[in-house]
Amino acid sequence: MSATRRSPGMRLAFRYLAAALITVVFVFPVYWLFIISFKTPDEIFAFPPVWYPKSLQLANYHVLFKDGDAATVGNSLILASVSTFFAMILGTIAAYSLVRFKTGGENLAVWIISQRMMPPVAIVFPLFLAYVFIGWVDSYVGLIVLYTAFSLPYVIWMMRGYIEDIPLELEESALVDGCSRWEVLWKVVFPMARAGLFATAVFTFVFAWNEFLFALVLTRTEVTTYTVQVTHYFGGQSNFWAKIAAMSVLGTIPVFFTVAVMQRFLVRGISMGAVKG
Amino acid sequence: MSDLKISNLHKHYGSFHAVKGIDLEVPSGEFTVLVGPSGCGKSTLLRTIAGLEDSSSGTVEIAGRDVTWARPRDRDIAMVFQNYALYPYLNVKDNIAFGLRARKFAEAEVEKRVSRAAGMLGIGHLLKRFPRELSGGQRQRVAIGRAIVRDAVLYLFDEPLSNLDAQLRDDMRVEIKRLHQELGRTMVYVTHDQIEAMTLADRIVLLRDGLIEQQGSPLDLFERPKTRFVAGFLGSPKMNFIPATATETGVALNDGTRLDMPGRSGMKTGQAVVLGLRPQYIAMAGQSLAKGHARVPVTIELVQPTGSRVQATMPLGGASIIAELAAHDVSRPGERTEIDIDMTRAVIIDPKSEQVI
Ligand SMILES: Nc1ncnc2c1ncn2[C@@H]1O[C@H](COP(=O)(O)OP(=O)(O)OP(=O)(O)O)[C@@H](O)[C@H]1O
Ligand SMILES: [Mg+2]
Repeated sequence: MSATRRSPGMRLAFRYLAAALITVVFVFPVYWLFIISFKTPDEIFAFPPVWYPKSLQLANYHVLFKDGDAATVGNSLILASVSTFFAMILGTIAAYSLVRFKTGGENLAVWIISQRMMPPVAIVFPLFLAYVFIGWVDSYVGLIVLYTAFSLPYVIWMMRGYIEDIPLELEESALVDGCSRWEVLWKVVFPMARAGLFATAVFTFVFAWNEFLFALVLTRTEVTTYTVQVTHYFGGQSNFWAKIAAMSVLGTIPVFFTVAVMQRFLVRGISMGAVKG
Repeated sequence: MSDLKISNLHKHYGSFHAVKGIDLEVPSGEFTVLVGPSGCGKSTLLRTIAGLEDSSSGTVEIAGRDVTWARPRDRDIAMVFQNYALYPYLNVKDNIAFGLRARKFAEAEVEKRVSRAAGMLGIGHLLKRFPRELSGGQRQRVAIGRAIVRDAVLYLFDEPLSNLDAQLRDDMRVEIKRLHQELGRTMVYVTHDQIEAMTLADRIVLLRDGLIEQQGSPLDLFERPKTRFVAGFLGSPKMNFIPATATETGVALNDGTRLDMPGRSGMKTGQAVVLGLRPQYIAMAGQSLAKGHARVPVTIELVQPTGSRVQATMPLGGASIIAELAAHDVSRPGERTEIDIDMTRAVIIDPKSEQVI
């Protein structure tokens, strides 16, 4: 028995303390963001800081909704959901073709994922000119097409791994039983790859949700996303902290719920990929 | 009428020639077993019939219709796979109903057929369960159920029992045979297990290296093999092969033992041959020597009881042979005794061409 060894009770207490500390470090910024969004301007700039406001007043949110700023969250929601939807459908079909028909041999798949390496900023200027030319600037379709295209390599790459794991016999059995290839995709591949499908979709959604560069350059007033909107509150003279905080909260909530609902699939989908390596 | 007709079928995988020109006709209602050693092309042939592989050349006709280039679903076939191929996200009922729904059957009809098939297979009480909640044997029943709910012209099985343990395999073999008798459908069944082939088949098609080595009824192949390969492949324990020389009246083994063969024919005296003896046609010497039998003294080396029978190993004419004897005939190794060989059942093989003379 070494003298330095602590009792089990002590050890447990120590662990709880460490866990509590880590939790505080991670949760505090989020708490602070939420709490600022409910503060009055006086409380925001008070010193010493107001750790928790006397009353949760909703004026900051009220302003965002009255001025129509909150609609940018809706824009983000539309852009991210629609582009995720298309990227998942197209990407899964493409991945299926890569896996089952060996489309493009060994190299096409690698070429596709290599597109992911391209820095967006390298193409944003030519893209802007092209969009001006075809009239897609500041339009839903412009950003949806772009986000879909940018998510595709990732979706194809992920789905390729999940589809490779589906036993071929299941598909063959469906083919013999009377399904066409499209029905096989719908009735066998989608349900079999469900966990992977959802996990991939969440990441694709979050990518589009957080996208900033293209949204900044390619939108004006009509389809401004919430990420771009938040930057409008950083002024030359002063920053509108209340609006920044309230807007950020509005921008966090949809992602929070998406991840919460999909959590079950997320964990399974990610670990499925992990086993494959 | 024949339900399946294959003409001069070839299959290449890249540069590898897996099926090398097969002609096969399967009459309506017949149970045909494709058997052969691993890698001989059984699965490839079956998958080409199903349309899961394209044929490189040759034609496949099902129910009189050329389906060589038809999609699997347009061939009017049902298939049972080696690994069951059950959909893990569907329960037993939906698994069985899958093919019917894919073909847009009315739900009432689906209901009726599923419960009938489930009844036939004794899985009626499992319909609500998911595949992961079933034992291997139950899964196999569901897989078979999925095939038999459909009215296909042709039923294909690719080693459906190879994942089951020995006891279950015997039960399911009986089940499949019973199903065939009840349904009277044309079935093509792939296995590498010669016992399955012998017990199930109306007709065995023995494949070797992508070619048909011999086809016929199980008894035909067992009693009248055309080549050494067929003789050695079917039967358990395997046929004994002993080098010998042809004499005027029969054969002489290398140690000088002379065995007379009634009805000896086709051999030239003095020709080197191989004598093939089935372990089942060797018995302990009886009271009197039956006609066409030869009596030889031997020393038993090894005894393997299998229950009612005993497999005894003994040297004969420079080779080591196995005889299947009655259990009470031998007791221990080292015993000196005499055996009677039924020479009317013996096969004579030309060692050069490997053909049976
Ligand atoms: N997709 C493929 N690509 C290349 N070669 C293949 C392919 N499928 C099968 N083969 C080869 O074709 C030959 C026949 O294969 P097949 O699967 O038909 O054998 P089998 O008789 O079913 O054997 P087993 O009893 O082991 O299942 C084998 O030598 C195999 O290696
Ligand atoms: Mg096989």
